[in-house]
Amino acid sequence: MIMLKKFLVVVAAMAMPSLALAQPANPAPAPVTKEVAAPVVATPAAAAPAAAEAAAAPAAAAAPKSMDGSLPGYTPMRPDYANSVGMPKAKEVDFQEQFSDNGQYAKWINNAILLPIITIISMFVLGLLLWVIVRFNRRANPVPSKTTHNTFIEVVWTLVPVLILLGIAYPSLDLLAKQFKPAPADAVTIKATGYQWYWGYTYPDHGGFEVVSNMLKEQGDVAKGERFRTENDGPKLMAADNRMVVPVGVPIRIQTTAADVIHAFAVPSLWFKLDAVPGRLNEKSLTITKPGVYFGQCSELCGARHAFMPIVVEALPPEKFAAWVKAQGGTMPGAEKPAPAAAPAVAAPAAAAGTAPTTDTAAAPAAAPTK
Amino acid sequence: MTTIAATGTDLHAHDHHDADHKPGFFARWFMSTNHKDIGTLYLIFAIFAGIVGGAISGLMRLELAAPGIQYLQGWASMMAGKEASLDEAYHMWNVLITAHGLIMVFFMVMPAIIGGFGNWFVPLMIGAPDMAFPRMNNVSFWLTVVAFIMLLGSSFVPGGTGLGAGTGWTVYAPLSTSGSVGPAVDMAIFSLHLAGAASILGAINFITTIFNMRAPGMTLHKMPLFVWSVLVTAFLLLLALPVLAAAITMLLVDRNFGGAFFDAAAGGDPVLYQHLFWFFGHPEVYIMILPGFGIISQIVATFSRKPVFGYLGMAYAMVAIGVVGFVVWAHHMFTTGMSVDMKMYFTAATMVIAVPTGIKIFSWIATMWGGSVSFKTPMVWAMGFIFMFTVGGVTGVVLANGGLDDNLHDTYYVVAHFHYVLSLGAVFSLFAGFYYWFGKMSGRHLNEFLGHLHFWVFFIGVNVLFFPMHFLGNSGMPRRYPDYPEAFAYWNGVASTGYAIMAVGILIFFVNVIWSLLAGRRAEDNYWGEGATTLEWTLTSPPPYHQFETLPVIK
Repeated sequence: MIMLKKFLVVVAAMAMPSLALAQPANPAPAPVTKEVAAPVVATPAAAAPAAAEAAAAPAAAAAPKSMDGSLPGYTPMRPDYANSVGMPKAKEVDFQEQFSDNGQYAKWINNAILLPIITIISMFVLGLLLWVIVRFNRRANPVPSKTTHNTFIEVVWTLVPVLILLGIAYPSLDLLAKQFKPAPADAVTIKATGYQWYWGYTYPDHGGFEVVSNMLKEQGDVAKGERFRTENDGPKLMAADNRMVVPVGVPIRIQTTAADVIHAFAVPSLWFKLDAVPGRLNEKSLTITKPGVYFGQCSELCGARHAFMPIVVEALPPEKFAAWVKAQGGTMPGAEKPAPAAAPAVAAPAAAAGTAPTTDTAAAPAAAPTK
Repeated sequence: MTTIAATGTDLHAHDHHDADHKPGFFARWFMSTNHKDIGTLYLIFAIFAGIVGGAISGLMRLELAAPGIQYLQGWASMMAGKEASLDEAYHMWNVLITAHGLIMVFFMVMPAIIGGFGNWFVPLMIGAPDMAFPRMNNVSFWLTVVAFIMLLGSSFVPGGTGLGAGTGWTVYAPLSTSGSVGPAVDMAIFSLHLAGAASILGAINFITTIFNMRAPGMTLHKMPLFVWSVLVTAFLLLLALPVLAAAITMLLVDRNFGGAFFDAAAGGDPVLYQHLFWFFGHPEVYIMILPGFGIISQIVATFSRKPVFGYLGMAYAMVAIGVVGFVVWAHHMFTTGMSVDMKMYFTAATMVIAVPTGIKIFSWIATMWGGSVSFKTPMVWAMGFIFMFTVGGVTGVVLANGGLDDNLHDTYYVVAHFHYVLSLGAVFSLFAGFYYWFGKMSGRHLNEFLGHLHFWVFFIGVNVLFFPMHFLGNSGMPRRYPDYPEAFAYWNGVASTGYAIMAVGILIFFVNVIWSLLAGRRAEDNYWGEGATTLEWTLTSPPPYHQFETLPVIK
């Protein structure tokens, strides 16, 4: 069964891009979905690729050339250094502050349940060892006892750990259930594709444009006139030229895949990590609770520049998100027919006519991938 | 275990004239069929490999001591014999982490704990004259040597972006297939094949020896716990290593013969490789620690002058760990995109392992309880082991939670966890065993003061080295990174300082060994006294070349 499912996933995901020109193959998850949900469209099969290709052009055209990554109607948010939001803090011993409900719950489980338990257990063992040193050394206790069995104590030290583990298992499994709660059908979908060694973020619900995200180098490391990292972009080694912009406060659906080797999409402050596996489409939902910039780094060994393909998520209020989508040349699902643009007109009616996203259960293919 | 009072105390007395006839140097050390000599070879080999693997980790801690790329490019240039690019330098990093992992697992811990102590003391403890298949034993050792040479050699041939195999010790596809062109990864895989074959042969040898060559009267339930631990380990090896062999053979097919086992574009699945690897890989971590459990049991009983508390519970706890160890593998893969049901199962199953492990910890403490404990060097290491293994064990319970692992997976928290159970677990048990048996093996005493000094310096060093890694992992630093954001600088600096302290400890160890071999006091037959009740203490130190020509009878 599992193999069969796996196979289906592989087949589904194989329609996917393998190299930079992602758009043509992109329809796999989303645009197709919309067509299905929009019964009025006569030739969905033809429309989808057309839409995607059309979207490709504006996306490319809109590729930011500015030195700070800003676009018409969008300026990258400055990270909150003062509170270390979404980034590691010097000398920190604890987890990063969490900006998703599940992240806060998970951090609480660790800090309020597991950490005290494991500390007590370790200290208990240490205490027993110290007591042995004090009380049962050769001078203090010259004649050893002959005790080799005590059924009662053996049952106790078998059962008590079992009870402790049951106590841990309950919140732990509850957390898992919450983490696997699928995003609603109308959730914004973002497909993160790992490449050696950068990320591509595709927005299938918004016209299928792909944002290519490279690490920003330091001023001394780039040619004159090229963009380099500034404090507005983020900490060294963590800042990227183009961010993955998402709406805040609503569930989003993050799908991961890869074009070459396995990468992992990880953002510690969102308690999010999902491998990007070639030929597979993994999926998890995420709700970010506060607008901000959240940094992460590739977390599966992927070759030479493994440490140099950061992930930057910028969570914006819905209207600002819409403005960013527009600046990327994309369309908001269900939005009014976007102005001129010749080719996108093909896609737009499809999206508009169906008022698709709210009701379509066909968006479920997005839910299938994790097998 | 309690009743092993040997009747063979007088046997060695008349063993000497013919039993101690040794072959010439070459025949003795290169064509050896003697379990003690092969054990010695394994120990020397493991120490050498440990120096190499430890030096590599020193290079890593040096580079990570401060943010930025300090030395990598220079080292890569040295390796290549020409100016290396930045990418080649980064690849060099991956070669270092790969080599460190593989060397420490396959060429240091396993040869030392199974090949070294297993070979030396399993026959002695069960009252057998030698291993069941002495010549196969020799094959095992020399295959391991060739495997090591192959692995080292792979660093000098192209492996993709630069020289050497930079896939990580896990050799995940497709990084190890389409992601690494050149012969380096093939060589590394061949090395693993040889090391695996050597271990399988060794496992067959141990199982056969333990089942068939126990002295009269030594039933399974009277075997010393170290022998139990090696028996369980041998079964794990026998069942797990063929799966690794299959997985890496499939890698070879994908790499060289147009196969597509792990190539999604042709209908394969990269995650399949991870399932195969970890089906081997998880039992492998118990392979590395179970014999350590056995060693600690012997030592704790000896120095408490008490038999092991709850002997049967101890033996079957190891069996339980071995069995459960085979059904928890996918907790290494929590972020690969598995279903919620699988994640829940592997979370729960993994936590179950804490129960038999807890039984062992508490039974060791109960053995000391009421005992008359003397804190000789081996006992100090054993107590350090118990505490440090507990710390590494409880962080394992944290990582077992699939929901928490979403953050911790592939961070330094994982690095901290497995170094606590290996560098402070398995390695502490190795040192404990070394201090416990060195006199028996060499006939010379190690220096007690230097032994204690070694312990304390090493203990402080490894804790300063590895404890901050929990913090780094919590705040999100990923593994296998040659460079890191400024925020991680502080704890990385502390960790590198810890490495330096640890290295001083190792230096003290070598001074002690050399001093002992040159000028150490001669060791008596049973230099630990009445607490040491297993059969090896009935023999001379070192034991005669062939022992137990008349089998001891166990009451």
